[in-house]
Amino acid sequence: MEKWEDNRAWFLVLPVFVIVAFSAIIPLMTVVNYSLQDIFGPGNAVFVGTEWYKEMLTDKRLHDALARQFLFSGLVLLIEIPLGILIALAMPKKGWGVSASLVILAIPLLIPWNVIGTIWIIFTRPDIGLFGVGINSLNLLDVPFDHTARPSYAWITLMAMEVWHWTPLVALLCYAGLRAIPEAYYQAAKIDGASKWAVFLYIQLPKMRGVLTIAVLLRWMDSFLIYAEPFALTGGGPGNSTTFLSIYLVKLATGQFDLGPAAAFSLIYFLIVLLFSFIFYQALLNVGKGEKAS
Amino acid sequence: MARIEFDRIAHAYQPNPERPADYALKEINTVWQDGGAYALLGPSGCGKTTLLNVISGLLRPSRGRVLYDGREVTALPPEKRNIAQVFQFPVLYDTMSVFDNLAFPLKNRGYRRQDAEARVREVAEMLDLTPDLNRKAAGLSADAKQKISLGRGLVRSDVAAVLFDEPLTVIDPHLKWHLRRKLKEVHEQLKLTLIYVTHDQVEALTFAEQVMLMVDGEIVQVGTPQTLFENPTHKFVGYFIGSPGMNFLPCTITGETATVGQTAIAVSPQTASAAATRPGKLELGIRPVHLELHDRAIAGGVPATIKTVEDQGSFKVITTRFEGYTVNIRIPEDHPVPAGRAWLRFPPEHTKLFADERLVG
Amino acid sequence: MKIKTAALIFYFVLIAIPIYWMLNMSLRSNADILSTFALYPENLTFKNYIKVFTDPTWYSGYINAMIYVSLNTIISLAFALPAAYAFSRYKFLGDGQMFFWLLTNRMAPPAVFLLPYFQLYSTFGLIDTHIAVALAHCLFNVPLAVWILEGFMSGIPKEIDETAFIDGYSFPRFFFTLFLPLIRAGVGVTAFFCFMFSWVELLFARTLTVTAAKPIVATMTRTISATGLDWGLLAANGILTIVPGALVIWFVRNHLAKGFALGRV
Repeated sequence: MEKWEDNRAWFLVLPVFVIVAFSAIIPLMTVVNYSLQDIFGPGNAVFVGTEWYKEMLTDKRLHDALARQFLFSGLVLLIEIPLGILIALAMPKKGWGVSASLVILAIPLLIPWNVIGTIWIIFTRPDIGLFGVGINSLNLLDVPFDHTARPSYAWITLMAMEVWHWTPLVALLCYAGLRAIPEAYYQAAKIDGASKWAVFLYIQLPKMRGVLTIAVLLRWMDSFLIYAEPFALTGGGPGNSTTFLSIYLVKLATGQFDLGPAAAFSLIYFLIVLLFSFIFYQALLNVGKGEKAS
Repeated sequence: MARIEFDRIAHAYQPNPERPADYALKEINTVWQDGGAYALLGPSGCGKTTLLNVISGLLRPSRGRVLYDGREVTALPPEKRNIAQVFQFPVLYDTMSVFDNLAFPLKNRGYRRQDAEARVREVAEMLDLTPDLNRKAAGLSADAKQKISLGRGLVRSDVAAVLFDEPLTVIDPHLKWHLRRKLKEVHEQLKLTLIYVTHDQVEALTFAEQVMLMVDGEIVQVGTPQTLFENPTHKFVGYFIGSPGMNFLPCTITGETATVGQTAIAVSPQTASAAATRPGKLELGIRPVHLELHDRAIAGGVPATIKTVEDQGSFKVITTRFEGYTVNIRIPEDHPVPAGRAWLRFPPEHTKLFADERLVG
Repeated sequence: MKIKTAALIFYFVLIAIPIYWMLNMSLRSNADILSTFALYPENLTFKNYIKVFTDPTWYSGYINAMIYVSLNTIISLAFALPAAYAFSRYKFLGDGQMFFWLLTNRMAPPAVFLLPYFQLYSTFGLIDTHIAVALAHCLFNVPLAVWILEGFMSGIPKEIDETAFIDGYSFPRFFFTLFLPLIRAGVGVTAFFCFMFSWVELLFARTLTVTAAKPIVATMTRTISATGLDWGLLAANGILTIVPGALVIWFVRNHLAKGFALGRV
């Protein structure tokens, strides 16, 4: 669609610009300001240049949190994307089953994030939880299951919760992509004698590329920003084993009131998310381009 | 290659059809001979695509049997029927090259690599796709994409039939003509059974040896393009084929004359005697090209008023008013057109009678 | 085909089990929960729910949350609609950059904005007000709304606008009487997402409120850290926080299905 060329369209965008500037630009400038100063109290600050950045970039705890974060987000993508595709493929295409499936899938997405944590605490606790009591009664584990007892248990619980919570989003997006494939493609594949696997590989997967790009980006970003669920479930523990970047940042900023380092950390964090989102975006875009060009 | 037969095929899309209007296909009995080039012609929504999908097996009919060379295939899915179908809009495997797209139906059926390659190159050559063989299919123009779809339809030489569902809709007019010729050539070379669905009569009449005209889920006439033009057996055929369509005038019959309004028109004795025995609403039908136009009264001529003259390039279409009805006449470009008043002559050999929309005699 | 359906139903059961378990807990007293393990509430009690509905420290949390979520949905839609129209119809200086910059805000870690927000809203005296949370949630909801609406609007041919303007419609009249009804499904889907992201968010909601506007999610986290946890009460609150979301899905399910049928989300 050829668009009209008219700079007056800015007047339509202006309200959004103002409100987002108010919620993003001004606070971001404050953060930059903090990151360059040592603040002892109101009106008592010393300019320290890049010192906080140097401190944060060499901070062992930040490195650990970053490593944990990459592992977590990587696992999230590895599990949720294939699983979401499978669910979308299994969903009904017409009838009442469609609405029912959509409603069931949407429910975990509409539960407040800390309540997700609460649900999984209640579900996995070794004293009252169905899962906790259930797995311990089987006597398979050398140490009884308790997500606060061992880092591995905390991670398993956290991954199960994360997959439970967010795979439906991937499934919904993939389902939308699948529904947009014209019936003629499936008919042609039948005529051409294509196997189900070939239909998936040569029709469904390529046609889902757009929604998969969105799904990968959203899941990458949101899992990288995760805060409320691990906060509610493990509080970052046991030890620091589930302390991800956001949890560490909030600890730093509100727990210890280290405003300067926290601000420097914030900006580094933001840049990492932006950088990786950009890399993913370009990579997925190039996959598309590679197919279009000769 | 095969002879395809429909035995009392009917199809309704809803589960419990009651009225005839619920059926997308009313009872159809027909045969497509091996190696024939058929066109399935009819207005949008008449059931052409439904019929095609029943042939290919994409759709299982509510009733009746589909036979390939006398063998029943009604319950078989398309991949077991060995049939090819080309759709209205290009269907491509975006991630594959043009070559792989064309080779896909062969690969799925376990052709040997050399055979497949030879066959793909042959088809690509026919459709002028050779230079594009190694390109990704997704980046090509709509024309080229549809040519690939056509190619995938033609690539298997052993298919029972190749079905085309309005395949040239998205193609530019000049290329359309070119591709249609290509298809005819391919048909002559390979002797495949081709069934071509279209709502465009020019396309149908130029492509096919046999035209099947459909309306409201029924095949109303099957014949060569010439038969359909000269001897329409149904009012709809007369009306749908030809440009402009046949003129129809309500009439009564007495002896060997039909009376339209107050005017008597002579018809052939066979037609008249056949019509006398047929009950129902009677209409006189004549092709615009068969009507004679005169500037003065002649024997057997009837008076009419000229309304408009349309110059169509190689011919003219004259719209006249006769006994309160509109009558179109098609005359050669150089034929003089009288002003205002004119006389029409209905040659008895071309003047048909239709009772309840069906041809008499 | 059968296996596929069975697997899907199995997956749906897996989704339901943890929620069922919380429902089970919510219908038992805390003493009962801690003393006996039971797959279903043997001594059924609605005491937990009655407490939530009669104790203002609990039920005001739901009212507060509903107020700022509704405010945020309205603000997000009101601001995003004209902007989305501009992006879908016009080429203008810096349009691409502006669109990308908007989307980067969706990628900003909320934790980054925590401190400046607290300071900013303190300066304006907005701490512990509903509007503060509603505005803070605009950070991620407005860009999202612009993005989704732009997609829906681009699906409407521009010729409709041109015809309306030729027919003498003023822009506001065209926008409200012709254009909005055409993208109704899009508005429904957008409202759904704005509602969802505002409703589920914890960090801003907890930081920017003290008592007067404290939402239920914040009340729940404060109870968690307190000693002598009442699991039954917590579970009842958990169940109740699912209700608004479930209601919203139920109301927009047809729009949602249509949105999905169009291949957009």
